Amino acid sequence: MSTDQVSVVVTGLGATTPLGGDVASTWSAMLSGKSGVRPLAESWAKELPVRIAAAAAVDPATVLGRVASRRMDRYQQFALVAARQAWQHAGAPQADPERIGVAFSSGVGGMISTLSAYDTLRERGWQRVSPFTVPMLMPNGAAGWVSLELGARAGAHSPASACSSGAEAIAYGMEMIRSGRADVVVAGGTEAPIHPLHLAAFASMRALSLRNDEPERASRPYDKGRDGFVLGEGAGAVVLESAQHAARRGAEVLAIVAGVGYSADAHHIAQPDPDGAGAMLAIRRALADAGVAADQIVHVNAHATSTPAGDLPELLAIKEALGSAAGNAIISATKSMTGHLIAGAGALESVASICALREGVAPPTINVDDLDDEIATVGLDIATEPRRLRRVEHGLPAALNNSFGFGGHNVALVFTAAD
Amino acid sequence: MAMTEQEILAGLGEIIDEIAGVPADAVTPSKNFVDDLDIDSLSMVEIAVAAQDKFGVEIPDEELKNLRTVQDVVDYVQRAAVSA
Repeated sequence: MSTDQVSVVVTGLGATTPLGGDVASTWSAMLSGKSGVRPLAESWAKELPVRIAAAAAVDPATVLGRVASRRMDRYQQFALVAARQAWQHAGAPQADPERIGVAFSSGVGGMISTLSAYDTLRERGWQRVSPFTVPMLMPNGAAGWVSLELGARAGAHSPASACSSGAEAIAYGMEMIRSGRADVVVAGGTEAPIHPLHLAAFASMRALSLRNDEPERASRPYDKGRDGFVLGEGAGAVVLESAQHAARRGAEVLAIVAGVGYSADAHHIAQPDPDGAGAMLAIRRALADAGVAADQIVHVNAHATSTPAGDLPELLAIKEALGSAAGNAIISATKSMTGHLIAGAGALESVASICALREGVAPPTINVDDLDDEIATVGLDIATEPRRLRRVEHGLPAALNNSFGFGGHNVALVFTAAD
Repeated sequence: MAMTEQEILAGLGEIIDEIAGVPADAVTPSKNFVDDLDIDSLSMVEIAVAAQDKFGVEIPDEELKNLRTVQDVVDYVQRAAVSA
């Protein structure tokens, strides 16, 4: 454990996902192996090769109310819902506003609002374009709204790295506290990408599963029959705090954000490096930053999106980075249940990693009907049902959460159980 | 077809409730948009566009900035409707 560094802890969790409108319902559904993937009911889906997605269980507009919702893109609505939950869970900490920060990211931002506003422009002229269009479409809008809600004045940030944005935001928040810029940070990731354009665009890349007739079985990381990911929507949020600040106010520490490791693949703009070299580097760096030994990692929430190309390299990277201790880690690919929340993923999966550490149980990877041979050969312990986490010999039990984004961005987060 | 002041006020109340969530019965003539109803400049643009649709009356930007109270808008709509 690093001693010369400010320790950053997690004191609140929030989430709104395809499995449930909050953390408790989402986590409970995960442990039950439920799937949030459904057929798309919209008429536009008929024109597309992909007709399934993981829509949010609870419409955020119903939570925020009509007036607030009409000036926020759906991705911002998810962020605010999750951020509020996390803040309440943390006990709405009293702190100097200039010491409260926000780091909340999105991958595609307010694309739904952008496209809708463009239709309005063409059909009804510029005067009918909402004056809130710019705040709705800008990708930093979630961070802005959360900062506004909390009166957070240390800074509001939105690092963008596609599917690793949510993890990167949490890392950014951790670093804000470590560097002394803030005592409390609300961090997370959010995405509302379910729109014919995104479905068409990802389908055109052949990135999405075409298993339209069996939606709940479409997201199947590690399975021989995996054929792409399922697009999901929602947000995850955490309240990060300096250990000192949390202790002073008697807050319950849910977990420690021990460290982050970054790397860039520099391999291809969208395809993962088949060797997993970049991922391995990020994991190694995360362990070093966290001051955590490989044998403390009892759980990995894998990025594992259910693509033929991506699932294996990550496992190779994990095996390489954890070495002889790799067998201690129980691996869960929760996108099998939630689908891929893009920027929401890294944050939701951080929340899931923390829940796993707190309860000592790894959620299942569902739909592994027939484990891929090459993946079986790697020989790691993949949970296909809920599994008790192993005990550690020394130090605190730790969880690794991987997130990799188009563009070659790799972010590995290490959480440990609270002291 | 001329609208009465009451009809305009009621219509404006509906618009403001829809756009800003202020209950229609709180939209009384002397209320100031910014100070009393907490309505920002972006919402004022939306209100002006909605008023155009509802009352058939255009409110150019130069005029909008002078409309500070509910009564100002009611008076403007009445005048503009008469001269239309």
